[in-house]
Amino acid sequence: MQSHQKDTFCPMPISRPVLDDLRDRISRIEGVARRGKATLPFGVPAIDTCLPNGGLAMGALHEVAGGSTGALNGAAASQFAAGIAARLTGKVVWCVSRKGVYPPALEQAGLTPDRIIFVDAVDNDALLAVFEEGLRHGGFKVVIGEVTRLAMMPSRRLQLAAETTGAIGIAIRRWDKEADVADYGHPNAAVTRWRVTAAPPGPSVEPGLDRPRWYLELLRCQGRQCADFEVEACNEQGLISIPSDLANGQASEGFGRGWAVS
Amino acid sequence: MGEAGPSPDTPLVLKGLIGRKRVILAADDFALRLGLHVGMEISKAQTLVEHLTVMDADLKADLTGLENLALWALRRYSPMVSADPPDGLVIEIMGAAHLHGGEEPMLDGMIESLNGFGVTARIAVADTWGAAHALARYVANPISVATPGESASPLLPLPISALRLSASLVSDLRALGFRHIEDLVAQPRAPLALRFGPDLGRRLDQAFGRSAEPIDPVRLEEIIEVQRVFAEPISAAETIAKYIGKLTVQICDRLESKGLGAKRLDLLLHRTDNKIEAIRVGMARPVRDLKRLTRLLCDKIETVDPGWGIELMRLAATEAEPLNPKQMISSLIEEPDIEVTSFIDTIANRLGSAKIYSMAPVASDVPERAVKKVAPNSVAPGLGWPKHWPRPAMLLPRPSPIETMALLPDHPPVSFTWRGRRHRVHSADGPERVSGEWWKRDAEIGAIRDYFQVMNEAGERFWIFRAGDGEHMETGSQSWFLHGFFQ
Repeated sequence: MQSHQKDTFCPMPISRPVLDDLRDRISRIEGVARRGKATLPFGVPAIDTCLPNGGLAMGALHEVAGGSTGALNGAAASQFAAGIAARLTGKVVWCVSRKGVYPPALEQAGLTPDRIIFVDAVDNDALLAVFEEGLRHGGFKVVIGEVTRLAMMPSRRLQLAAETTGAIGIAIRRWDKEADVADYGHPNAAVTRWRVTAAPPGPSVEPGLDRPRWYLELLRCQGRQCADFEVEACNEQGLISIPSDLANGQASEGFGRGWAVS
Repeated sequence: MGEAGPSPDTPLVLKGLIGRKRVILAADDFALRLGLHVGMEISKAQTLVEHLTVMDADLKADLTGLENLALWALRRYSPMVSADPPDGLVIEIMGAAHLHGGEEPMLDGMIESLNGFGVTARIAVADTWGAAHALARYVANPISVATPGESASPLLPLPISALRLSASLVSDLRALGFRHIEDLVAQPRAPLALRFGPDLGRRLDQAFGRSAEPIDPVRLEEIIEVQRVFAEPISAAETIAKYIGKLTVQICDRLESKGLGAKRLDLLLHRTDNKIEAIRVGMARPVRDLKRLTRLLCDKIETVDPGWGIELMRLAATEAEPLNPKQMISSLIEEPDIEVTSFIDTIANRLGSAKIYSMAPVASDVPERAVKKVAPNSVAPGLGWPKHWPRPAMLLPRPSPIETMALLPDHPPVSFTWRGRRHRVHSADGPERVSGEWWKRDAEIGAIRDYFQVMNEAGERFWIFRAGDGEHMETGSQSWFLHGFFQ
């Protein structure tokens, strides 16, 4: 299998008894042991090997933002988040800061309308309070919030709330102005930080549009290195995949149906 | 009144005695249209209108009816309701509107449900009881809302009878040439008080919010209520929280002994200065969970102004329903359905019930009409939207105009400019034609939108449409709009 990795490389974990012991002790200090090692794999080996324990950690806060104009409209980021939520069960809380998210599109990423409970929050602080409430509640496996600002302190609160219940918290970052996007570089307690940017299409023989593509960057990952991938957007099961012209698979079919096995 | 009642096509008035005169105390719409009015002598009315039905007014039954209406409003709208005889209710809506989706939907709903009982009502919202009383009776709108802090100005042009003064006082004032409230306000107070007694000044002060007028709320006999009196007034938030905890324990015991769960809890805090502060929380389903109820009530402490201190706390389960034990799922494969109503309750009480919702599909091709807000968690599984066309992840609340360059009327544009940025179209999909829904608005007959999904060279995808079919002006303006983002 060859994935699309340009400059970064993703080391497979080295297993030696001394190192393993050290890793254990560090994770115990970090509190990872307490929240267990449950993860949600993407089903794409190239991505899963870059994440600790082979998937997106449950009981943790993750951060997603769009790149380029997507940083302002948050379209690709919310599809990415919907895809993650679609692969878990139960109800989902979606905290909305600005009007815009369109449920029919979420359904096309696998997140059906009967599972979503939307909450309109007046401002960022109210939204963070609802976000934390949802994570602490215990009845939700995923809580998604469209957050404008996420400083260290509130993100720690969210992370701790997620640890207590084992829910995944996804902070979709959306900004009002392009100048504010630099805020994404600031450190906070999120375990992973992703950026989803629309990618140019692959070589297509047919006219019209095929399945959308993303340039998916893992900007920060606790305990691992950064990586980037080129993927096809979520299908109806919320699965992303490696495009067929990059992997050794068969050709992906039209919208929402193809999923290349790599 | 059934069969024995008067027929609806004859005018009806109710008569009573004022002094020694037999006068009209109430008249129906028909009678009013014929020129009769309240206060007119019966003999005169009978001369004016031939087939007038005259019945005795039953003031006692009126009052009972009004009190029943007050109890209805108590159950439904606010913990602080009182009858305002002869013809009104006074309701403190501060801190109660959030359960009905805000002030405006609550007032609309109130008018509608009263209409359902056959009661034509006018509602006014103002800072003081006096001002609301006057506005409700002397402003013709069904709903009049005074801007907070500025209830005084709409009062000024109203007649002096709006001030809740005795009939003799009003006629004395009229004799001296006072017609409107503004005439009274312009006068020095001392001579007025000397001439007419303290009542006039008191009513003016109450209307303008210069002196307090507490509402003495109606209580239901059968509701479960616990209370605690404090020897020393309390005011610290922590202390209030502590006693909320103790009262909740008591009320849960009482509820348990009756096998009930609370659907609505009212906490009344009587202040030393005779004002009552109220907290109301609502639950989607009956609840008897100590921790959850305490939490919901304590969440609202910051909305309460303890003033100089609170001397009495009363907690009542205004709405309670039987709480039946439920069987837990014990099968091997079924996952337990995790209870999320407690989360919904918490958020609905904190932010208002309109702020938490689910989005249900609506059978409409017009994208902005294809979704509607419904109560949270009420969408049936399996419902969804048609999947043959992709939909954008973000939909703009209003389509945003774009400048385009199109080569052929039937084709998507080759480039477009939105907010000063030009996008060259690399490839496109479409058109998806959406026709106007003529059954909703006449203007939509023949209206057409042609939607295209277009992608620029960077791979960003947009949802744009042309208003019209590209040829006929009657189908739309032929201008282009951006309506959403795929990525």
